[in-house]
Amino acid sequence: MAVKAEFDIPVITNVPRTPGLREGAMAHSRPFVAKADHQEPLGFPGELVEDWHDRAIGRMGELLGEYRSLQVFMDACVKCGACTDKCHYYLGTADPKNMPVARQDLMRKVYRRYFTFAGKFFPRLVGAVDLTEEVLGEWYSYYHQCSECRRCSVYCPYGIDTAEVTMAGREILASVGIGQKYSNEIIGKVYKIGNNLGLPEPALADTLEGLEEEVKEDTDVDVRFPLDEQGADVLLVTPSADFFAEPHVDGLIGYAKVFHQAGIRWTLSSHASEAANFGLFIGSQGNMQRVAMRIREAALELGVKRIVVGECGHAWRVAYSYWNTLIGPFDFLDPDYPAPQHVCEATWDLVQQGALRFNRENNDDKVVTFHDSCNVSRASRMGSMPGGQFLIPRELIRAACNHFVDMRQETIHEGTFCCGGGGGLLTDDLVELRVKGALPRMQALHEVIEQHGVTHMAAICAICKSQFTKVLPYYDLGMDMIISIHQLVGDALELGVER
Amino acid sequence: MLTALIAGLFYLATATLTIGLARKILVYARTPAPLKIPTTPAPTSRAGVAARLLREVVLFESLFKASKWTWLFGWLFHFGMFVALLRHLRYFTDPVWGWVAWIQSAGIYAGFAMVIGLAGLWARRMLVDRVRYISAPSDHLMLALLLGIGGSGLLMTYVWHTDIVALKAFVQGWMRFRPGELPADPVLVIHLLLVICLMLVFPISKLLHAPGLFFSPTRNQADDPRERRHLPGGA
Repeated sequence: MAVKAEFDIPVITNVPRTPGLREGAMAHSRPFVAKADHQEPLGFPGELVEDWHDRAIGRMGELLGEYRSLQVFMDACVKCGACTDKCHYYLGTADPKNMPVARQDLMRKVYRRYFTFAGKFFPRLVGAVDLTEEVLGEWYSYYHQCSECRRCSVYCPYGIDTAEVTMAGREILASVGIGQKYSNEIIGKVYKIGNNLGLPEPALADTLEGLEEEVKEDTDVDVRFPLDEQGADVLLVTPSADFFAEPHVDGLIGYAKVFHQAGIRWTLSSHASEAANFGLFIGSQGNMQRVAMRIREAALELGVKRIVVGECGHAWRVAYSYWNTLIGPFDFLDPDYPAPQHVCEATWDLVQQGALRFNRENNDDKVVTFHDSCNVSRASRMGSMPGGQFLIPRELIRAACNHFVDMRQETIHEGTFCCGGGGGLLTDDLVELRVKGALPRMQALHEVIEQHGVTHMAAICAICKSQFTKVLPYYDLGMDMIISIHQLVGDALELGVER
Repeated sequence: MLTALIAGLFYLATATLTIGLARKILVYARTPAPLKIPTTPAPTSRAGVAARLLREVVLFESLFKASKWTWLFGWLFHFGMFVALLRHLRYFTDPVWGWVAWIQSAGIYAGFAMVIGLAGLWARRMLVDRVRYISAPSDHLMLALLLGIGGSGLLMTYVWHTDIVALKAFVQGWMRFRPGELPADPVLVIHLLLVICLMLVFPISKLLHAPGLFFSPTRNQADDPRERRHLPGGA
């Protein structure tokens, strides 16, 4: 039985189709605006500043000088239309402003007006406009209908990445006082308490103790969930949803079983009890760096030799692509593991060494498919060769399951569709957008359910897992279809046997 | 009078194009890329990046993934124009370089390819609702300008021939700042004026996609953040 909603739930068709334009279809969609309490700890003004126009144009000029991506992307677009049918939010909502080029144009129109010869003298000819409060409102609405998933950047002949434009748009908005409540409140919690969920140290310790008891009950093996253990070899940094949200927590249990079975001394950190970094989403490099720095501090304080990052898409982007720049160098780590690793890489290394044995039959009740997370697929890597981020998770699933099938080719690997809730949009005030944006993934999933009897979709991202748990029922599918790869791994892993 | 006007405008256009483009390239080169943002999977070495860029420039690899029709028309247009441009080197070289002489006949077909490609792109711009929506007047005008150049060129090849010997003398003189007499054919004058327009708008329009591609961080960065620490101010 599908969930009732106050909006039309998109219909899954047998052949995916590109919708015709429905202008203004999502003009009403906008997340709650951050209050002063959510803005000020991040260094943003608490409310719309009086001279917002000049400050916004000023900030835009600064960003154009700080980010070559933005400068080139503002100039290079030829309006060829290659990206127009690539965004899951366009496919799910039919609102033309959700076409990547149109989303970029919201800023490009203003860029042209204030920063180019043609726009200053012939605004009508090149579609340049003044920055008005109405334009600012449109930015707020549509820069929060982009999950920064980079799918458009794969298909653009110049590699224009709308995520960069969205990030700049959000940064400009926040810097004049219009921040997004969801993301900024969460970043504030990280600063104040240490993780996105606001879970303080004693509660975390308690939760982990509970997990030890649960695993002991299930398996009769003493699998530990250590916290702040000096001298551990591995610091595991994982999204805080892994501590208790379903299905995330079963993934955490999976990591713990792997470390246990491989005899690796590991620990979590209460100082860095969060892998997520929403500084990325709001386009604020300063906040991103500040959030990331806790991990370096924790690693040094605990004296670990390796850092492993749990299943979280954007966190892995930040860890893989940015940590070395923002909080590096990692010269204090074990030279055999000189860079932070993804937990899938760590587990796969152990599989290849023969350190883990699996009873694949334990997962025989499942036919599994895999949802490539956008940030892992298009903004990072695993392993030593390009595309390892597609191979390694699938190899892990195959190691742990007998039944695996992939979804339609253009919806996986580099062409994967965002879950619909990434990029700081995983909030209830955007549920219509999230449900509609999930359409392309739901369509591809539906196809493998029909053709191959798929029962479960594995993912390696906390946002994907939460988003699918929420939206699957809107499409008449069970919310428990979505699982962690490390749940599959943990369920099939032989514990306690001689290695 | 006409000769002086066209010659003068060409000097102006050449200067605008060169200086404007150089300025823009300097801006791109000097603006930092503070973070690693290649669209992955990406090559892990500089050589791999060079190959990726080469594939984008020559094969339009990403566009091919996106839309076969746009790719087909776009590729026909760009490579038609490229070969047609090379064919025009016969006016600038004396004696004409061997390979330039050799491509003369191919260059004629290239002119057709260019016009067919442009017509296809314009049809898409008008017929596909999504592309129509994102088009500004300048996007249509740009296609009109390029079609005008290609069309007038073909007209001179097939319908109203111009005195290419006199034209070459004009060009050779122009290059030495002593332009000879330009044949006063209307089609030729239109052809040249449109080319001058194109050169003038190049550095202030979307034609900047040409240098832009080489500076696009999602395409020109190597996927090596683990091996090489990308410094915040880095390129």
